[in-house]
Amino acid sequence: MTLKAYKRKLDIKNGCVDLSHGSGGRAMTQLIADIFHEALDNAWLRRGNDQSAFEVIGGRMVMTTDGYVVSPIFFPGGDIGSLAVHGTINDIAMAGARPIYLSAGFIIEEGFALADLKRIADSMGEAARNAGVPIITGDTKVVERGKADGVFVTTTGVGVVPDGLDLSSEKARPGDRVILSGTIGDHGVAVMSKRQNLTFETDIVSDSAALHGLVAAMVEAGGTSLRVMRDPTRGGLAATLNELAHQSKVGFRIAEEAVPIKSEVAAACDLLGLDPLYVANEGKLVAVVAPDAAEEVLAAMRAHPLGHDAAVIGDVVADEHHFVQMTTAFGGGRIVDWLSGEQLPRIC
Amino acid sequence: MKHADEYRDGRLARALAARIAGEADPAGSYHFMEFCGGHTHAISRYGIQDLLPANVRMIHGPGCPVCVLPVGRIDAAIRLAERPDVTLCTYGDLMRVPGSHGGSLLKAKAAGADIRMVYSTIDALRIAETEPERQVVFFAIGFETTTPPTALAIKIAAAKKLTNFTIFCNHVLTPSAIQNILESPDVRELGRVRIDGFIGPAHVSTVIGSEPYAFFAEEFEKPVVIAGFEPLDVMQAILMLVRQVNDGRCEVENQYTRAVKPGGNKRAKAEVAEIFELRKSFEWRGLGHVPYSGLRLKEAYAEFDAERRFAVAHIEAHDNPACECGAILRGVKAPADCKLFGTVCTPETPMGSCMVSSEGACAAHWTYGRFRDQARVAS
Repeated sequence: MTLKAYKRKLDIKNGCVDLSHGSGGRAMTQLIADIFHEALDNAWLRRGNDQSAFEVIGGRMVMTTDGYVVSPIFFPGGDIGSLAVHGTINDIAMAGARPIYLSAGFIIEEGFALADLKRIADSMGEAARNAGVPIITGDTKVVERGKADGVFVTTTGVGVVPDGLDLSSEKARPGDRVILSGTIGDHGVAVMSKRQNLTFETDIVSDSAALHGLVAAMVEAGGTSLRVMRDPTRGGLAATLNELAHQSKVGFRIAEEAVPIKSEVAAACDLLGLDPLYVANEGKLVAVVAPDAAEEVLAAMRAHPLGHDAAVIGDVVADEHHFVQMTTAFGGGRIVDWLSGEQLPRIC
Repeated sequence: MKHADEYRDGRLARALAARIAGEADPAGSYHFMEFCGGHTHAISRYGIQDLLPANVRMIHGPGCPVCVLPVGRIDAAIRLAERPDVTLCTYGDLMRVPGSHGGSLLKAKAAGADIRMVYSTIDALRIAETEPERQVVFFAIGFETTTPPTALAIKIAAAKKLTNFTIFCNHVLTPSAIQNILESPDVRELGRVRIDGFIGPAHVSTVIGSEPYAFFAEEFEKPVVIAGFEPLDVMQAILMLVRQVNDGRCEVENQYTRAVKPGGNKRAKAEVAEIFELRKSFEWRGLGHVPYSGLRLKEAYAEFDAERRFAVAHIEAHDNPACECGAILRGVKAPADCKLFGTVCTPETPMGSCMVSSEGACAAHWTYGRFRDQARVAS
């Protein structure tokens, strides 16, 4: 008589992650197979190695890594899984590069619901498939209750830079135009609207999206006229412009009226005492473009679904203080400074 | 959600600016104090000073609750939070306000104190209900706008018989502070601060109404125009003040009629009167001890008073001697006059409270206006 080992199915509906799921035993293998491989399925993962081999494509490559700790894990318009795919793809794309592969690492807190883990893995699989960028290797760790907050995800990406392209943050020059790909603040407000002690009614959804398709269209239209691109995530548009001003040793002059913002987002920011310039985005980019190519790049962006609200928002200027200045819609001037501390609602 | 664009219209702003420039007497000058931090923020955020003629100057007042909280009260809050049985609930702005010896609530939290940022008194009440083993202390601060919600929280706590909820009360009163400024030697005798009129508070006035300001117009002969926090509100109030000065009038006018009634919010005032009583004196950063300017819980609600429950001692503490927050809060100095401004004192490493809140005069000037102090970038 042959004894066949009984294998209890993962109780995805009611079960939760326990320490055995990170111990290297059968339970871990089952978790990886039934949740992650199921959701992220591709030829590399199917081989079951601790690493994945791939052919190196000629030319310059880029690599990036990013940790995701968003709270709440599920928010309108996305979740930590789709965000981890989009965010890392975008960091690759901001070099003008074409993302090719991703890896994913999970740190899971003991007690985390398997149903939520599956939902996150499925969302990552869908985001990766839609983007055409497979997750080809990964890692899972489980930590004791209280040592993490649900789940943290880290993704790493590699990509290939088209020949001749060398975008970098020190390349903005006075006279260059600044183009923003769409409305600001959507992601931050969507996430905040679901924070435990801040729930408010809104239809605002996160703009979380993979931008490499938009970038490819911009590279085709602008080529080497593209100086710098950056996605204004944490700290929002204000932080991105200040970083670029310092790295390129220039100033920016921005027109508030030109910066696209949804009226619901503007209203929610008013209510919370936030300045939308400092609120995070996850599907937008800022491009600094040589003046003669700005119109062509803008037209290419507007022809792409993720760039139809794109606008020239200002110019690079010579400025030894590296200030980001804004002409307010009201007609006055102000500095758009770095964010200090967390942006929190005012108290009176 | 309807947005407030109609109160931020640049075209209307330019029309108002032209009228102010046209009516302001070029031979004279006009010095108006905006009492509230909300107005300071709007002036900086929208660049209103740029739209005013050079002889109309705005002086930032002490109406930022974070800025006027003295160092000793921050130290006391830190000591409370360091008690192992206490969970201190606070609005986020207070986290970075510097106490003595470089301390702050943010640093105390990092060192292990149970300090939680909340957005309302109701959040603090909820924590008290869900964590009955913790002594939840709400760090209550603010002018007349934030006092009614605190009063309501006390009533709810009393109704629910919560024995683990108290408040550390730092509520202060606007009229006492304005009176203190007008009676100060800087204004009265030394003439170091010239104030030709006040922009009266927006949200505070929705609660207390426009009547309490009549005293300033009559006794001190200063015009007061109560204004909303939107930039066009502020511009219109400035025009109304210029007209009062030109006509030699000293009246209380209400620009913010869409929200402020002469008698204010009677229900809110009644709630506050039921729960709170005047302190004989309360210390303000910048103004010192101001008589009858602060509130505390009445004896009947003493069980909800953290100062009484935990025997919080008065802590005598002083600002950094080089910090000019005091003079800035009285309108005697401007942020750029302070040696610390922009050198060791920035929003990342605030030395004084005016650099902390976005409504603080220093933080507002640093964030939105400091390029005016430097050579303008060639356009």
